[in-house]
Amino acid sequence: MESKGYKYFTWFNNTFLIFLSLLCIFPLIHVLALSFSSSSAASAGLVKLWPVEFTLSSYEYVAAKTEFWRSMFVSFQRILIGGFINFILTVLLAYPLSRETREFKPRTFIAWFLFMTMLFHGGLIPWYIVIKEAGLLDSIWALVLPNAVPVFNVILLINFLKQIPKELDEAARMDGAGHWAILWKIYVPLSTPVLATITLFSLVMHWNSWFDGLILMNSPENYPLQSFLQTVIIQQDLTMITSGDLESLSEISDRTLKAAQIFLGCLPIILVYPFLQRYFVKGIVIGSVKG
Amino acid sequence: MKGSQAPLYLMVIPGIILVLIFSYGPMFGIVIAFQNFIPAKGLLGDQEWIGWENFLYVLELPNSLRVLWNTLYIATFKIIFNLIVPIVVAILINEVRMMGLKRSIQTIIYLPHFLSWVVLGGILIDILSPSEGIINLMLGWIGIESIFFLGDNTWFPITLVGSEVWKEFGFGTIVYLAAITGINPELYEAARIDGASRFRQTIHITLPGMRMVIVLLGVLSLGNILNAGFEQVFNLYSPQVYESGDIIDTFVYRIGLMEAQYGVAAAVGLFKSVVSCLLVSISYYLAYRFADYRIF
Repeated sequence: MESKGYKYFTWFNNTFLIFLSLLCIFPLIHVLALSFSSSSAASAGLVKLWPVEFTLSSYEYVAAKTEFWRSMFVSFQRILIGGFINFILTVLLAYPLSRETREFKPRTFIAWFLFMTMLFHGGLIPWYIVIKEAGLLDSIWALVLPNAVPVFNVILLINFLKQIPKELDEAARMDGAGHWAILWKIYVPLSTPVLATITLFSLVMHWNSWFDGLILMNSPENYPLQSFLQTVIIQQDLTMITSGDLESLSEISDRTLKAAQIFLGCLPIILVYPFLQRYFVKGIVIGSVKG
Repeated sequence: MKGSQAPLYLMVIPGIILVLIFSYGPMFGIVIAFQNFIPAKGLLGDQEWIGWENFLYVLELPNSLRVLWNTLYIATFKIIFNLIVPIVVAILINEVRMMGLKRSIQTIIYLPHFLSWVVLGGILIDILSPSEGIINLMLGWIGIESIFFLGDNTWFPITLVGSEVWKEFGFGTIVYLAAITGINPELYEAARIDGASRFRQTIHITLPGMRMVIVLLGVLSLGNILNAGFEQVFNLYSPQVYESGDIIDTFVYRIGLMEAQYGVAAAVGLFKSVVSCLLVSISYYLAYRFADYRIF
């Protein structure tokens, strides 16, 4: 039996939480609406959550810019190469470290070697100088090699691999399988859910990173998308819009253009979001409150 | 049997080399904090050693204390609200009985976590604009004068903490909801038989059931006391709010990469790294002692 007071509470609680969720999503919807509205409607403050004087001009304008497509290409290059390197190195580190010390002698030492990097950082300046002296500035490798080993993901995977029954391992050895075969034919297929989680972790990390692109790429041609967006949306770099363009197009303004680019910048994340949500929640729970 | 370990060594080598270069390299590179560093000579070159001079120089800069204070102030409020808001919201979500509604709420509130600060910064700059932003437009409807959230030194830190919590609170609820799911349902059963109301059940069963996780996350967040959120501040601040919003990381960025005073910036970075390392180590130790938390 639920009391009358609890009924009121339930009603109030549901309303409050719906309001809270709308608070999370409305800013995004507002910007999306702006991106499809004409510049006059936008500057008159008419646009709320639905486009006013619907137009695709802002998107057409962005789509005609080679700078935009070039940085999009750099971003995809980055997530493919970076994601692949992260995946391989995470698996290759986690497998030996999930073994006991008697099976792999330097296990404890290497685990501490990795853990130390979570405790102490050299800081921005030495980090920049090391990458510069490695001769990586202005190349895609500057964006993927310094992030090549995601230590947190390695730890997640180690903890998962430890739970795989030892019998499987012993049976495989009886059949004459070596470490490489055991890793790729037994351990990797068995850890698909965790591997999916950490791969998504690393892909999102690579997609969303902008600061390293901004300082490690000397020429804007090598900017990944988020670094490019940082310069046009945040730094108000107006070189993207030449004055002649604006005179000929009354439909768009700096504001609607920015809105369109903001939306395009998060579109890939929104597209993979259903998967993200499912796996991320699992990964976070495995990682933080493991038994 | 001895030879059978060889493949394992082979597997770890590539990862170890990369960590050695890109994580340990900068750790040793921190020595430039004690040098009059000239980039052309290189990290391993013959640099001039100047002892603590860079540190003394920073201490004499007029803004140093301000920056340290801003960092502590902003980070502390972020830590507090990032801990409390998700706990409260997780308890409220747990009370939602309609499964469809519950799942929809969760799906929506996790979303901002996955967007970069460039994208969110762009959105905030637009909606908070004093002239045409929708927030100030709405404030105008109820007769409140325009607020320059990103340009006013009173409002800037509040905007930072508020938008950080807005981005992260939903995602923060995940761990607490998992902890609530782990509570033995028989406890609630027994409480109901004893006539405990829903509110009393929350106070006496749900909250104690979450205690371990709360202690754990609270302790671990101590390590962030000097992390006021570089990516966020960098995308939202401007010279007019340096007074209230300039933090250690943005300060290091400007001295080091804009003004190319590598040694000085590295000295500030070293200070931050040492303090953070101490705090993170202590927090891991406390988490290990009091919550039996082991990372491996």
